[in-house]
Parts: sequence; structure tokens; C-alpha cells
Amino acid sequence: MTEPKLKPDEVASIDYVVPPEGWTRTLPDLRKGTFNYGANPKSAQYLGLPNPRAWQPMEADWKLPPDWQRIVLEGLRERLSKYRSLQVFMDVCVRCGACADKCHFYIGSGDPKNMPVLRAELLRSVYRNDFTAAGKILGSLAGARPLTIDVIKEWFLYFYQCTECRRCSVFCPYGIDTAEITMMGRELLNLLGLGIDWITTPASNCFRTGNHLGIQPHGFKDSVDFALDDLESIFGVRVEAPINKKGAEILFVVPSADYFGDPHYFGFLGYLALFHEIGLDYTLSTFASEGGNFGLFHSSEMMKRLNAKIYAEARRLGVKWIIGGECGHMWRVLHQYMDTMNGPADFLEAPVSPITGTPFENAASTKMVHIAEFTADLIKHGKVKLDCSRNDHWRVTFHDSCNPARAMGLFEEPRFVLKSVCNNFFEMPENTIREETFCCGSGSGIGTDENLEMRMRGGFPRANAVRHVHEKHGVNLLACICAIDKATLPPLMEFWVPGVQVAALHELVGNALVMKGEKRTGDLRGQPFAAEKGGKKDA
Amino acid sequence: MNALVSLIVVAVLTAVAVAGAGARPSAFVLGIVVPYAAAAVFLLGIVIRVLRWARAPVPFRIPTTCGQQNSLPWVKSSPLDNPHTALGVAARMALEVLCFRSLFRNTRSELRDGPRLIYAENKWLWLGAMTFHWSLLAVVVRHMRFFMEPVPFPVLFALRMDGILEVGVPVVYMSSLGLLAAAGYLLARRLLSPQLRYISLAADYLPLFLILGIAGSGILMRHFTKLDVIAVKELAMGLSTLQPALPEGIGALFFVHLLLVSSLLAYLPFSKLMHLGGVFLSPTRNLANNNRMKRHLNPWNPPVRVHTYEEYEDEFRTLMKGAGLPLEKEPK
Ligand code: SF4
Ligand code: SF4
Repeated sequence: MTEPKLKPDEVASIDYVVPPEGWTRTLPDLRKGTFNYGANPKSAQYLGLPNPRAWQPMEADWKLPPDWQRIVLEGLRERLSKYRSLQVFMDVCVRCGACADKCHFYIGSGDPKNMPVLRAELLRSVYRNDFTAAGKILGSLAGARPLTIDVIKEWFLYFYQCTECRRCSVFCPYGIDTAEITMMGRELLNLLGLGIDWITTPASNCFRTGNHLGIQPHGFKDSVDFALDDLESIFGVRVEAPINKKGAEILFVVPSADYFGDPHYFGFLGYLALFHEIGLDYTLSTFASEGGNFGLFHSSEMMKRLNAKIYAEARRLGVKWIIGGECGHMWRVLHQYMDTMNGPADFLEAPVSPITGTPFENAASTKMVHIAEFTADLIKHGKVKLDCSRNDHWRVTFHDSCNPARAMGLFEEPRFVLKSVCNNFFEMPENTIREETFCCGSGSGIGTDENLEMRMRGGFPRANAVRHVHEKHGVNLLACICAIDKATLPPLMEFWVPGVQVAALHELVGNALVMKGEKRTGDLRGQPFAAEKGGKKDA
Repeated sequence: MNALVSLIVVAVLTAVAVAGAGARPSAFVLGIVVPYAAAAVFLLGIVIRVLRWARAPVPFRIPTTCGQQNSLPWVKSSPLDNPHTALGVAARMALEVLCFRSLFRNTRSELRDGPRLIYAENKWLWLGAMTFHWSLLAVVVRHMRFFMEPVPFPVLFALRMDGILEVGVPVVYMSSLGLLAAAGYLLARRLLSPQLRYISLAADYLPLFLILGIAGSGILMRHFTKLDVIAVKELAMGLSTLQPALPEGIGALFFVHLLLVSSLLAYLPFSKLMHLGGVFLSPTRNLANNNRMKRHLNPWNPPVRVHTYEEYEDEFRTLMKGAGLPLEKEPK
């Protein structure tokens, strides 16, 4: 490695001083470490996306189609007529600045164009120029500016420096959701073929194989078999995990990283162990082998295309309802979009837990229940035997992932589960959790190596809060319910708060689970329990 | 620069009013034509803008959830910050519109040595905005006394409450001071904070200067110069009863006041001031978080190209067979 290594104290010396000239006069700086590579043309082609070609953002020529201006303005016109959100958000911002220091990218970079308000102005200025009377007549006096190549480059930089986390929207007096504006901005960029590879390629994999990682059905089966072997050596019990089983009661959909990534995998072991213990009649699917949906980060059309398989597979397998695993953006799609896009799911039944008899009334239409809701209900009804002391080697805090937090309000269920399975749980400061939670800094498809500096900057507020509880309470584990978190928080912790590991909620459930007939050898990571290492056993 | 442009606009308007007040024909334009035109633009503009918003569909239900969802019966949900019923949404909107709930959450982040980020309470903006908007409402309500005869009880009541401190002759209204102070604060923070100055457009200063000009001229007329209130009331009554007439004896200051008000009204539908209507239509606030309970319809939900299970099995059939996975169709 010849690259200079990123250093925390350097990254943290953040300059919040704004440039002397107005923001329309600063050009986008595509600095290494702060943007993502362009989409592989093969992936773009497979998905039938416009303008597939080899290109990279650091090159001067972005190889845009000749009528790119018309495409963008037409695209904007179309979206204005399709989304009230876009129209209202374009029109009503008063630039009060309440959202400014709420964005983790602004806090971590000091770049004023990462203030949500200015991020939105990047698009709003073009909207004014071409779609409002004031902008047409008064031009720059009214805050309008014409669409140029530099504007497009600026959009590319800053709409991929937004993780669509919606934190700004919580604080805005009009609920202006910059994530929504970013989504529109990205759709417009995609019309020109300006997608990034870490979104386009997973999306194309997902379209073909059912999951982002491109794992083919036999590979999926291998992963699951591997997990079953691991479970056998940990619990001393042979667990089953049906795949593509017709007539099962429940379809279980997880993000693909759960069976392929680390530390996600330990959470996957947790689910399988739990389902075995309660005797759940469920099936996994090789076709619906991804609940996550990078289409969300691309366009509403792509989101719908990738999401369609879930209901289709539920119908084919003849299940009654669906449970979804731990993943943030996956749940944004499942909760706020799936039923609208690909419903109605009238061929399914309103979910009722077969173990406790609890009807999940909040999922009566979509027919999909979050695993944290499902497990919380099990625990509340005393349906599983848990030994908290088996997590005594962990001092745990919980990261609210943006989407379950600000697009669902899933706060208490995971906390209830956590508190039921471990003895040492500590909250981070209140301005950094629940609806005010800080993003991991790598969501929405920008968690790439080439974008590392920006990720560490964006993740700084989250890491800072973890460090607070690490120093104050000796926290050494950051639990979460999001696949992107599990992939991107470990490097973030290593950078800012060495000594803190990351785990799935259901890894801790699996650790604490007392299985009938078990001969436990240790926790799901294969480590001995604290008690056996001589730690204190809690009553 | 942006601030200067707006200041110049307001200064020019003031000069026009002063110049026009002297001669009868121009005073007629300022006192009658302009206010009517402004009122027409204001009403029509708002209607058109709101209709345009209302016509645009809401394809997805995207509330920003700021509290616990409604899920299991034993989990306490947060009906105001994450409502799942229409009533809850109404309450959330009421809190938002009347109390500026979201602004109330405001914090300020600060980077200290360490590096350590801290978040401090910051309610100043909320306080400023509340004072500003409520004062403005009070001012508008009590001005109704000029346009109605007899003056209806609610307006009289507002007048009474507004002047309850009974300071000065004539009584000083709290809302005058509130409006002036709050607008001054909003302007000062825009000018003094480098970040805010950086994001501010001319369009952000213009309404503030207009309102400061309006409030300033109003206060001058009430407390410092001799204003022929009878004549003003006559003019206002004429306007509101559609029998306009221009009485004698109205000073230049009044025409300044009136022209600035007219300008503000006519400008409003084309400006960010439309947040007064937009706040009601914001889909992150005015929708219930009952997404999984009730299906939301997208009127333009387009058909898309999907990858079907059949296509998938066709591609991977042999591999699936080899892995012992169940199949819809046996390989040939
Ligand atoms: S908080 Fe809302 S209104 Fe204020 S600047 Fe940000 S987006 Fe605009
Ligand atoms: S959605 Fe999140 S990342 Fe995007 S502007 Fe808002 S706070 Fe920043």
C-alpha cells in the first residue's frame, strides 16, 4: 500500500469555515476518498439502464449522451408531476438552517454543501431556473442557476455523500426530507448513466440471482448447510433449515450478508437456532434470498423490480405470511414501499404468531413482520428459555439504524429483546439514539473502499457517541439490526473506537438461548462464555 | 450582497410610496389600485400554488417517524410523534403548525478537543420563530378593526389581550414589539452566522426587510407621528366593502406602510413564504405510519420488468437439482 493512511486526528480536525465566495461559485472537488466509482457497464446493461459505458468520476469526460440537459430537465418535470413531496420540498424551504448541523456528513466534513439545506439547493437552484417564474425572470437573484456539467458533477458528489438517513427531516419545521431529494437527484443522474458501481452491480446481481452478492442457489444451500454444521458444533443439536419448501407457514427473508458476511453470520445462526427451538414451520428461499434492496438507492423503478420477488415467492411457495430479518434499508422498502408497489398481498393471511397466538395487527396488510417484533413477542410470552449470563462477556450498546428508526419507529422491540438477553446494556446519549440516531455513514450504497475517507467522516458522530459509552461504561459491543451497519461499523469502530465489536441483535439472542437437549460449548462466535472463563455469573 | 439587494428593493418601494403620496392620482394608485391588485395576486397565487401541489399525487406513504411505532399491544407507542391514526396525524400537524414541534427539537452540535462532539439545547430559533409567527397573527387580527364595522368581538378581544400591559398612550401592543424583536433576531442570525449567511438568498432577506419596514412604519404611525385614524379607517372600509374612496389627510408614512404590505402580499405566493400552505401538505408529516396496516395506493404505479421465478429456475435448474433443491420443472 502506497496510499497515505487515514488518521483519526487528521480527519477530526474539521474546518467549519465557509468559503468567501458564494456556494454557486465553488466547483465540485472530486477528491480521492470522497466518491464512489462509476457503474460497470455490464451490470448497467444487464439491467437495461441508459447509457452503459466504461466511465469514472475522476475522468474529465463523463461521456454523457448529447441531449443530457434535455433528459435531466424532462426527468425533473416528470418527477415534479409524480411526487407532491418533491414539489413541496422544492418550494417551501425557508433556509432556516435548522437541518444544517444535523447531518453527519456536514458534522464530519465541515463542507457546507453537506448541510442538508444546501444539498437540496443544488437541485432547487436548477428547479428555480427552469420551473419557476421568479427564477426565469430574476435568475441568480432568485437563487436560480442554469444546468451545467459542473452542476451535474456537483450532484454526483453530494447526492452520493448523503446516506438518505432522514435525520435532517426530523428537525425540519416542514419535514423536508433531504433523503427524498437525494433519491430524486440520483434518479436524474441515473437517467444519464451516472450510477455508481456499488449500487448498480449489486442490483444487477440481485435481479439475476435473487441477492446482491450474486450467490447462486447451490451456493445459498451450501451457506445454510455450513451454518447448520456450525450450530451443531456449538449447541450439540442438529438443526434444520428448510429451503424453498412449499406449504411452509412462514417465508423467512434475510439480507444476503446474513449468510455470507461477518459478523452478520452470527446473527443468522441466532435466527436458525431460535426458529429450531420454537419449532417454527418456515422456509428460506434461494430466489427471495435477499430482503435488502439496492434499488432503493437507484430509483423507485429499480426498487420495485428487485422487490417483486418477495411476494412472488411467497405466492409460489404458498406460505401464509413473511418474517424479515435484520436490515435497515430493507425495512424501509418493506415497510413504506412494498405493499404499495407490489401488493396487494391478498393471497397471504394476516400474520399471527403460531407460537404465542399474537396477531401482528400492525402488519395486517403487508403481511410481513420484523424479526425484532416477532422475537420480542416470543420473549414477552416466555416462550424461550434465556440465560443472560451467556452474554456477560459483552457490555452492550444499541445503534438505531436510520431506516427502522425514522421510517418505522422500531425502538422498543429491539431494546426489549436486548435487555432480555444480556445483563449489561447501556444507552448512548439521547441526541444520538432513537429518532435522532446517527447514521453509520456508509448507508445507501456508498460503503465502498474508495469512499473510505467520507465514510469515516460521516460515521464520526456515531462513533463519537459509541466512544462516550465505551469510556464511561466499558462498552465493548455495538449491537444493531442492519446489514449495512454490520458491514461498515466494524471498520468505523476500528478507526475511531478500537476495542468495540459489532453484533447482530440475534447473535445475542442465540448466545442466551438455552436449547432443549443442548450441549453448549460457547457463544455463537465459538468463544467460551464469560462464566466459564471465571467471570461473574448473574443471578 | 443578497441582503443588500433586498434592502435596496425595500428602500426603492419606500421612496416610491413617499413620492407617490403627494399627488392625488398617484395616491389613488397607491391607496386603491395597488392594494386591490396585491390582494388579487395574493389570493389567486395561493390558490393556484396550493392546487398545483394538491394535484400532484402522493405515490408513497413516507412519514418521518419520530417516536415508537404502534406494534405489539404491550409496547407503548408514541401517538404524537409517530401517529398511526388520522386523529394522531391531526394532533401531530396541530403541534407542528401551532407549536413548531420539529423546531423545538433543535440542537447545536459542537466539536471540542478530543475530538469530542457535543450537542447542546438550542431553543432560540424556536423561540424566535414562535414569537415572530404568533405576533404576526396577532397583528393581522387586530388590523381587522380597520376593515370591519362594527368591530367583531374576537378582534376586540385580541386588541384587549395584546394591549393588556397597558403601557403607554396609545397602548403599546405586545405583538408590535414581538414582531419587531423577532424579525430583528431572524435577520441578525442570518447576517451574523457565517453558515447562515452562506445559504441565504436575496429571497430570504426580502421578507424580513419588508416586515421590518411594515412593523417600523406601523409603530411610527401609532406612537410617534400624528395619523388621521379616521381617514385610514375610511380608506380601509372602502376597500373591504368594495366602495373604494380616497379620503384626504393620509400621510406619506401610511402609503409606505400600505405599499410594503401590498408588496409582501403580492410576493408571497411566489416565495418561500408559501411554507404557510406547504407545511400542511408535507408527506413526511401529514401521513399516518400505518404502512403495514393499510395499503397505500400509488396512482401511477407502473408495470416494471421483473425477473420471474421461472426465468430464474430455467437459468439455475441443473445447479439446483445438483444441490437437492426442490424444482418446479425437472431438467430435461
Ligand atoms: S430545516 Fe427545513 S426549512 Fe430549514 S433550512 Fe433545512 S430544509 Fe430548509
Ligand atoms: S438524509 Fe441524512 S445524509 Fe442526507 S442530508 Fe439528511 S441528514 Fe444528511
